[in-house]
Amino acid sequence: MYELFHQILTGLSQGGIYGGLALGLVMVYRTTHHVNFAQGEFAMFSTFLALTLIQAGFSYWSAFFLTIAISFAGGMAVERIVIRPFHQASALTLVCVFMGLLMVTNATAGWLFGYTMQPFPSPFSDAFALGGFIPAHEAGTILLVALMLLLIYLFFRFTWLGLAMRATAENGESSALVGINVGAMLALGWGLATGIGAVAGMMAAPIVFVDPNMMSGVLVYAFAAALLGGIDNPWGAAISGFIVGVVENIAGAYLVGTELKLTLALAIIVGVLLIRPRGIWGRSFVTRV
Amino acid sequence: MTDLLRLKGVEASYRDHQVLFGIDLAIAPSSSVALLGANGAGKTTTLRAICGMVRTRGEITFEDERIDGRRTDQVARLGIGHVPDGRGTFLNMTVEENLQLGGYLRRRSGAMAQRMEQIFTHFPRLKERRNQQAGTLSGGEQQMLAISRALMLDPKLLLLDEPSFGLAPLIVKEIFSILRAINETNRTALLIVEQNAKLALDIAEHAYLIETGSIVMHGPSEKLKGEESIRKAYLGY
Repeated sequence: MYELFHQILTGLSQGGIYGGLALGLVMVYRTTHHVNFAQGEFAMFSTFLALTLIQAGFSYWSAFFLTIAISFAGGMAVERIVIRPFHQASALTLVCVFMGLLMVTNATAGWLFGYTMQPFPSPFSDAFALGGFIPAHEAGTILLVALMLLLIYLFFRFTWLGLAMRATAENGESSALVGINVGAMLALGWGLATGIGAVAGMMAAPIVFVDPNMMSGVLVYAFAAALLGGIDNPWGAAISGFIVGVVENIAGAYLVGTELKLTLALAIIVGVLLIRPRGIWGRSFVTRV
Repeated sequence: MTDLLRLKGVEASYRDHQVLFGIDLAIAPSSSVALLGANGAGKTTTLRAICGMVRTRGEITFEDERIDGRRTDQVARLGIGHVPDGRGTFLNMTVEENLQLGGYLRRRSGAMAQRMEQIFTHFPRLKERRNQQAGTLSGGEQQMLAISRALMLDPKLLLLDEPSFGLAPLIVKEIFSILRAINETNRTALLIVEQNAKLALDIAEHAYLIETGSIVMHGPSEKLKGEESIRKAYLGY
């Protein structure tokens, strides 16, 4: 019984990481219908940045928030410089752009930081472990991701900027007509997605260690979560992240073993696309021709 | 008297397909103008050209300032409200959120609630439905919401793209009488694009006829209504 409880908890903490990344994917998808394959690589790059800051003598939390801020600005810059010129391009062109972004980010990280795996500290002291009952980092991750989701929810629900971003995602033309700077909102969406990704990366790093390929597996789970929740529903994606995390861990422990865990994510992706392409909470689209 | 909005030789194209071939049009402050013509004549494109939603050549001036080439949100900032073709409702948001978005540029003025109440006096039905998701409204209510959204901006000029489209005659009558009241009491200038010429001529002081991307005739509505040859050839009634 304790074993099962432990697997669920580990699943939730990993699921938070998947959910965060999936939320970033969905946020970019909703505004532009782009699927950013490089989302995981951005998170990896942010994590290296945090590691560099910590090694340079910054305290964990100052490095944490500085990394988020830099990632946010970096995400906005990438949207402006790399993605904006392809705004009208075909889907296939965009897939190439995103694959290119993925490879360039990966190679740049390897070139700058090297390919050796490096340990990454966890900020959560034993106080989070409830007297050794559960691992501190897992409990802390669950709490931190929950807090982040709450903040994002409050931002979208109760601020003007959040309302304007939701409006842009829903109807860009009408948004421009009421005076919203649509381009700025798209860039902000990218910044937010990259900032969330940075948190996901920094939470994953103490478990998977830091190296240029640390997020490749995580991204597959994030895709599974985004599709399961409905690619146009941010809260669906976040919740599905937790579901995927728990299912992955329980199946890994009792059914398929650790080696086939990643296959399970792919099975979820294929299964959702076959049975219910819009996901659990997604809307189905009818296009008038 | 100087014009509020003036178009001079405005041309517009979608990719390689030219739609407007030199539109000349002027709207005086607080006046009401109708732009009439058949399907595909370029009525909607003319409105889109004013709001920077399509690439144009020629001159567009608003309060003696060139506005062609500006971004759509910058044009809105000048006080031009646009009720677009298809209403442009934010379907997944509530009625109230739609109105808040309409007042986005006035969000720091502090008069948001007051403006909303003022608009609700014209459209009491929207007040009843303020917490309802906009996508669940009827067509007529969505058109009222679209007009209200544009009014939240407190515009000097309101562009309306076929406000009667797809609505029952009784609702159309109601909407047009409200538009007239807005024109008269708020002194908001109106530019109404319509296929229903009779309706538009009743509300507008001045009308322009557009045919394959050019203005073929314009004059006071009374005069256009009076000439049977024009009525038969262009207005279809």
